[in-house]
Order: sequence, then C-alpha cells, then structure tokens
Amino acid sequence: MTRPLLKVEDLRVTFHIRREGDMPWTKPRELHAVGGVNFELMPGETLGIVGESGCGKSTLARAIIQMVPASGKAVWEDGVDLLSLSPHQMLKYRSDIQMVFQDPLASLNPRMTVGQIISEPLVTHHPGLSKDEVKLRVKAMMDKVGLLPNQINRYPHEFSGGQCQRIGIARALIVEPKLLICDEPVSALDVSIQAQVINLLMKLQRELGLAMIFIAHDLSVVKHISDRVMVLYLGRTMEVATSGDLYSSPQHPYTQALLSAVPIPDPAAERAKHMIPLEGDLPSPLRPPSGCVFRTRCPRAEARCAADAPRLNPGDHQVACHFPGPLAETVKAMEEV
Amino acid sequence: MALLDIKDLKVRFQTNDGVVNAVNGITLSLERGGALGIVGESGSGKSQLAFAVMGLLAKNGRATGSVTFDGQEILNAAPSVINRVRANKIGMIFQDPMTSLNSYMRVSDQMMEVLLHHKGMSKADAAKECIRMLDAVKIPDAAGRFRLYPHEFSGGMRQRVMIAMALLCKPDLLIADEPTTALDVTVQAQIMQLLGELRREFGMATILITHDLGVVAGFCDEVMVMYGGQVMEKSPVDPVFAAPSHPYTRGLLHALPRVDQEGEELASIPGAPPNMMRAPKGCPFAPRCEFEIERCTVELDPLTEFTPGRFRACNRKVEELA
Amino acid sequence: MVLSAIDMGALAERLAMDEVKGRSPWTDARIRFMRNKAAVAGMFLLIIVSAFAFFGEMFAVSTYDYIDFSRSGDVLHLGRPSLASGNYFGLDDQGRDLFARTAQGTRISIIVGLVGASISVIVGTLYGAVSGYVGGRTDQIMMRIVDILLAIPFMFVIILLLVMFGRSLSMLFLGIGLLSWLSMARIVRGQTLTLKNREFIQAAQAAGVRGFTIILRHIVPNLLGIVAVYATLLVPEMILTESFISFLGLGVQAPLTSLGDLISQGAKNMRYGTIWQLLFPLAFFMVTMFAFFFVGDGLRDALDPKDR
Repeated sequence: MTRPLLKVEDLRVTFHIRREGDMPWTKPRELHAVGGVNFELMPGETLGIVGESGCGKSTLARAIIQMVPASGKAVWEDGVDLLSLSPHQMLKYRSDIQMVFQDPLASLNPRMTVGQIISEPLVTHHPGLSKDEVKLRVKAMMDKVGLLPNQINRYPHEFSGGQCQRIGIARALIVEPKLLICDEPVSALDVSIQAQVINLLMKLQRELGLAMIFIAHDLSVVKHISDRVMVLYLGRTMEVATSGDLYSSPQHPYTQALLSAVPIPDPAAERAKHMIPLEGDLPSPLRPPSGCVFRTRCPRAEARCAADAPRLNPGDHQVACHFPGPLAETVKAMEEV
Repeated sequence: MALLDIKDLKVRFQTNDGVVNAVNGITLSLERGGALGIVGESGSGKSQLAFAVMGLLAKNGRATGSVTFDGQEILNAAPSVINRVRANKIGMIFQDPMTSLNSYMRVSDQMMEVLLHHKGMSKADAAKECIRMLDAVKIPDAAGRFRLYPHEFSGGMRQRVMIAMALLCKPDLLIADEPTTALDVTVQAQIMQLLGELRREFGMATILITHDLGVVAGFCDEVMVMYGGQVMEKSPVDPVFAAPSHPYTRGLLHALPRVDQEGEELASIPGAPPNMMRAPKGCPFAPRCEFEIERCTVELDPLTEFTPGRFRACNRKVEELA
Repeated sequence: MVLSAIDMGALAERLAMDEVKGRSPWTDARIRFMRNKAAVAGMFLLIIVSAFAFFGEMFAVSTYDYIDFSRSGDVLHLGRPSLASGNYFGLDDQGRDLFARTAQGTRISIIVGLVGASISVIVGTLYGAVSGYVGGRTDQIMMRIVDILLAIPFMFVIILLLVMFGRSLSMLFLGIGLLSWLSMARIVRGQTLTLKNREFIQAAQAAGVRGFTIILRHIVPNLLGIVAVYATLLVPEMILTESFISFLGLGVQAPLTSLGDLISQGAKNMRYGTIWQLLFPLAFFMVTMFAFFFVGDGLRDALDPKDR
C-alpha cells in the first residue's frame, strides 16, 4: 500500500477572541474554528471539502500550510509533521504545497506583471535560475494553463476573471507542487467560465499527478472534481466518503439536508426531490452545542446526541452520527415530528 | 392588460472610458401573479434592467424605451410618480441585504418608516403590521427581535427582514435581484421556499434575477435568458431545461455540474463575456458560439416565436443546432 | 518535470510570438492625471517656480547678499521695482535686490518642503508598513512610540533645537524631518492593515516569500498611490511650517532667507509703504502652495479611481 501524501490527525485551530472594550488582562474567549479533523490524502487524489460559511473549511486549509497556528499533526509523506516545523524549516515544504485562491483578481498584485506574479514562487524557491530560464518556464506554464505566452508583460487588470484564475493556477503550479489546495477557486466566476477552470484543473491534475484539496461551498462542483468528499459543520467532520457514495447514499442527516438544498437545473427533478429543511441558524462557534454540534438543527436528534459527541466510524464511508441512515429514514423521522 | 410591460428598453452608461451599452432593446411583459426568471452571467445587463424599471440607475446611466406598470408609464417619470409606485406597488430585494439596510437604524424604525410616511398609519398600527410581516417571513420571536439592529441578525435573517420590508406595502410586483447569491445553500433553500409561499399567499408577480439556473427551475413559470444586454431565449420553464433552443442556453446547461447526475467532462463555453464598451453589432454571443455563421457578426434575427409560447433570437434554425 | 511534458514544437511557435506590452496601473494613472486640467496647470506652475528658484539668480543684477548702500537709506523712493535699474522686484529694506532674494528664498522653501516630504515618505512608509505587516505586540509598541512623539508639542521642540544648537539649515531639516514622518507612518500602517488581508499577500506567504520581501514587493508598491498623494500635500505643509518658524525669526540664518522670512520682513515694513517687499514673496508663496495642492488633488483622483 502506498503511503499517504498527507495524513492529518486531530487538527485543531483555536482563535482567541477579544471583545471590544475588554481589558488587556481579561481572558480571551476561545473560538474553535476547526475542532479535531482527521483525514488521509493519497498522492494524485482529490479530496473535496464542503460545508457552509463558517464551517472552518478555509481555516483548515490555511492551517496545513501554517498560515494560521494549529495543533495536532499534519504528517507529510516523508514522515515529517508539518505543524511542528519552524517557519524556516517549513520553507522546504512550501513549494510542495501550493494554493489557489477564491478571488481571481484580488489574489494577484495589481502592480506586478503577469510574468512577475507567476515567477514569484519559482524565484523564491530556486534563486539560482537565470532570468531567461525563469522566463521560459513562465511562458511554458502560461501556455499550459491556456494563456497566450506573449501576454507575459501585461497586468492583472487587463485580464478577465477566468484568465486571472488561470494566472493564479500557473503561479501555484510553476514550482511543481505535489499538493494543490484550491480554496473556492471557481465560486467568483460565471458559470461558463467556471466550467473552463474546472476542466483545466482536472486536466492538469491528471497530467501532473497532483493531489488536490478542493474546498467549495458548491456541492455540485465538488462532486464533479473530487474522488472523496468530506463534509464539515462547525469545524467538525460530519461525513467522509467517496464522491459516488456520498452523493448517492448520504448517511448523515446534515449531508442529506445539504444535498437536498442544492437546486437542480431541471424543473421535474426539482419538484420531485425531498427537501430536508434545516430550522434556525448556525449556532455561534463561540458557544457550540454540547455533544453533536449538529443536534440543534437535526431532525433525528435524541437525548443521547446532547450527551456525547459521535465519533467517525471506521471504514470507507465514515459518518459521525449516532443514528446514521439512508435518506428515507431521515424523511420518515421528519414526518413523525 | 399585463401588469408590467417593457418595450425596447435600452440602458446606456456614460463613463470616462466611453459608453457602456448595458441593456440593448429588451421587450417583455409580465402578467399579474406570474413568476419570471431572468438568467444571465455578469455583464448580461440583467440587474441594470431591474434598476432601470425601478428608476434606480446610477447618475451616469440613461434609459430609453418604455416601461408601463399597470398602464402607467414609469420610465423616466417624475420622481413623485416613481416614488408612489415604488412605495405601493413594486418591492425590490437585493443581493446584499447589508447594503440596503441602514446599519445605524433599528430594524423597527426602518420598517415602520415606509408605513408611517406612505400609508399614514399610526405608530402602534405600523409596529403591529411590521411584526405581523416579520412573522410571515418566519423570523422566530419577531416581536422580540423587532427592535434590534441589522447586524444582530444572521445573513439569512437579514434577507428575511429585507423581504418583509419589500412586502409591507403589499406590492403587486416583487423584483428579487440575486436574493440568495450571498447565502449558503441551506439558507438559500429556506429563502426560495419562503418566496414561493409568499408569492402564492399574496398573489404578487415576481421577477427573479439570478445567474443560477437551478434556482430558476424550482421557482419560475417563465425564463428569459440574457446575454450581452439582449434576450437570447424566452420560454416557459420546463421546455427550456428539457430542450434549450439557443446555443447559449445549451452551453450554460452543459457547463453546469450537477449533484443528481454522474459527471463527465463539462462542456465549457470558450472565451469570455463580451466587453459592453464596444457598440453591439450582430449577435453578442457570436464570438463564443459553435454554430456561428458569417451573418452573426453583422446582424441578429429579432426575438421570434418558434413554437407557441417560446421565443428565441438566433440566426440558425433550431433543427440546425445538432 | 513540467516542461518535459509539453510538446516543445508547438510551444516554440507560441513562444516566438511578440510580447505584448502591458498597460501598468501607473500608465493609467498618468493618463488620468494628464486629463485633469487643474493638476496639469499646477504641475506647469511648479516647473516655472522651480526654474525661477534654481536659475533666477543668474538673471539678477546682484547676488542676494549684496547691499547697495547708496540706496539703502531711502528704499521707499530709490528702491522701487523697475525694469530700468534691473531690480525687477525692487530692493528690500536693507538695500538688497529682492529678485535675487526671492529666488533664493523660494529655493530654500522648496528644498525644505521636498526634504521634509522625502524623509516622511521613506521613514514613514517603511515604519508604517513594518508595523502594520508584523502586527501584534510589535505593532502596538511601534505605534505607541509614534503616539508619544506626536504628543510632544513639536513647534516647541523645533524652536528649542534652533535656540540650543543655533539657527542653521541642517537643524531645520532635522527638526522638520523628525516630525513629518509621524502622520505618514500612521496612514501607511492603516493602509497596510487592509492590504495585509488581501489574497495576493496570502498567496505570497503561501509561496514562502520572506516577510521583508513581501513588504517591499507587495505592500509598498500598492501603498505608493496614497503615499504620493499625501507627500504632495505634505510639501506645502512643510513649507508652511518653515515659513512659520521663519516668521517667528528663528528660521534660516541671515543673509540666507526663505519665503517665510521674506514675507515676515515685508509685513513688518508695510507701514513704510514698501508694499512690494511683501507682495512679491507672498505671490510666490501662494502660487507654490496652490500648485502643490492642485497636483496633490490631481494625483489623488488619478491614483484612486474608485469614485469614477
């Protein structure tokens, strides 16, 4: 069996929040943005992470590359725990893990040319390269992501949103990473452009054998691109399964609710589907519910859910729920209430 | 007589870099109680169309053509006329509720303002009516939350407050401009369901402006697909999704990944949306269209009815799009 | 290896295409600036005033410190501005050529303004950018230092410096330079805080770019717009400060002079009827001020096109 490229164990991110007007010596309140997430990522695999805003999916990604402080472990394929590294030691791994950001234009420095932007990671990690060599590689990479290499001296504002995202992808791939983290890479793009970028990412992943962590709130996009999908709610994993399993037979009530809420561009199918409405609002992450964090909005919640937090069951289709079951059971439970 | 009648509406913006042709000749009519979805990508002019109808264009914008509401011309009408229509007949909700709510005023004051000024209600009556409306949009503990400030509500609740405000005057027409784009899917589902219920309950016509074909499929009776400020296709909702008649609509539907189907490669539309700075000539979609013929860059057939109830603007026949 | 996976044949053809030149944000800004008539006029005036300040003395009949004793007794009648005598701006109350003195005074004032603004740009930008970017406790300490310095009545300090160490140009520069960067540092820090959360900074961090490089390559260039605007507005402020100090009689050492000093002298002698001694320096002072303000306004509109 091959070793996982990245093995994340009990990753936690805790922010210390000070309210306005708090005295300097007041103890800050703790916000558990990510509360103990585990997963393995194989080389060349795509793991989709879905969840609603505030579920900690972006924080999780940033924790892996040490952009926010985290506890727990993130073991790289060579056995090194990335979270224990000093910033200087981490430098060696930065070129292996690259990131694509959400807002195509905002993620590019407006005062730099495309060439300067794409070459920045390359120059940072390989300072010995000659100028011509850098330029050649940048142009080749631009060509690869579908940009005309002769646009190398243009500035970001001269490109459309889709093209800007291609620049962002080129910047991430120029150092030949093993893992690409995409944080909502298509959510700011129009539908027709979104498809272009998704296809490009999938093509590049195949060609370069990249592993990918694909974060999005759009479940259909995640389904399309991922091998496995992890569902997060309030910083906790609710369900992890292969993309096919998760979407065809979701076991966790939250996943079922999430899936049922996705509008389907087909009026007949849209009318026929079972909605599982979620009542109320997302609880504040400052005061998460006891036990299972989803219980306050769960149609199947019982006394036990408040008492102890469910753990992910081992296996291929992992669910963190005391009463997992197919959609029909959840619908039945809902109708009984 | 139709409730809303738009004839050859054009919207131009004068900017430092030249004229932007945002909307280029839109004609449509909406019956009482109908639900029309306007679908388009960014720059398709869908929002500016709504702003023009509401008389809310930016200062450098000019609208021409005709918009009659309930038989009365409201395009470029006197402010007093438009204000009366806006206050009593047409409600509008926006993508970002925070920009249209004043963060320094209590929700109660903002909601009651409309009733006190336009309907001359007493304070007590107005408050009662507002709370009733907040109940209608299913805000739990409406009376208790009535006096809070906007930032004390969650995103979904804020959008509900906006809807309640829009409905206060029992409008005949509700224009919803990307009402759920800023919201999570589960909240989006709640809001769309709520809008559907309210529509039936109040019997108001609704225009839903969105880029999300899925939302349209669940909510509207009729769809209008816009591109480059022009209508590409207009049709009842079911046949559009079953058999889109325009290359652009087809492209959009095929470019959409779906949760309910196994994915193959997405058929993307090459290129990028047009720059509205240049004067439109021919079909705006021509540069990205796989069925483009020479004539497309010169002129575009007007919107014509090709099957009863369905309209399309394309130089190629439906049969030719294989 | 990425490159080897690419079909080099097809690539070579595309690589050979001529590179398109980009339109940088600075080019855009220059075009917008050039469209602004008031700003261009201000710029033009500034060039004229500077030319006068730096080359004007060449066309004067005498140097700025030559005293014409034959006429110094009755400046009111013998020292009027006249083309014939070559004293285009007349004489000052001691019989020195005012044309030469105005040129020299304008020069000092412009240099004081530019030096003060440069110090504030360099020190203030770096200080503010570092403070904002590093954040946390470092930011707290660095900003409290600025607060403390701002709390010192700075006019008092300058006057003290000038009195203690004698009136000299370098002391004036030091005094003005010490203070001018404080508000710049604050402005820059605020801007850096908003910039810091932009995604392109995060992208650079994720790429492993070092902190100081990020400040120099990503933060400072994106601040330059605001810094440039603020600096052009700072120049007149510095000139005003210097003028005020000179007006108090603590500015540059005689026979050197500055616009403030000249205006002060002119104002003092107004009651003797030698009104030209006030009007000429005052005119240059006002023209310079207005020109800088117009240019500053123009820069702001050009570099910050949000409200178009």
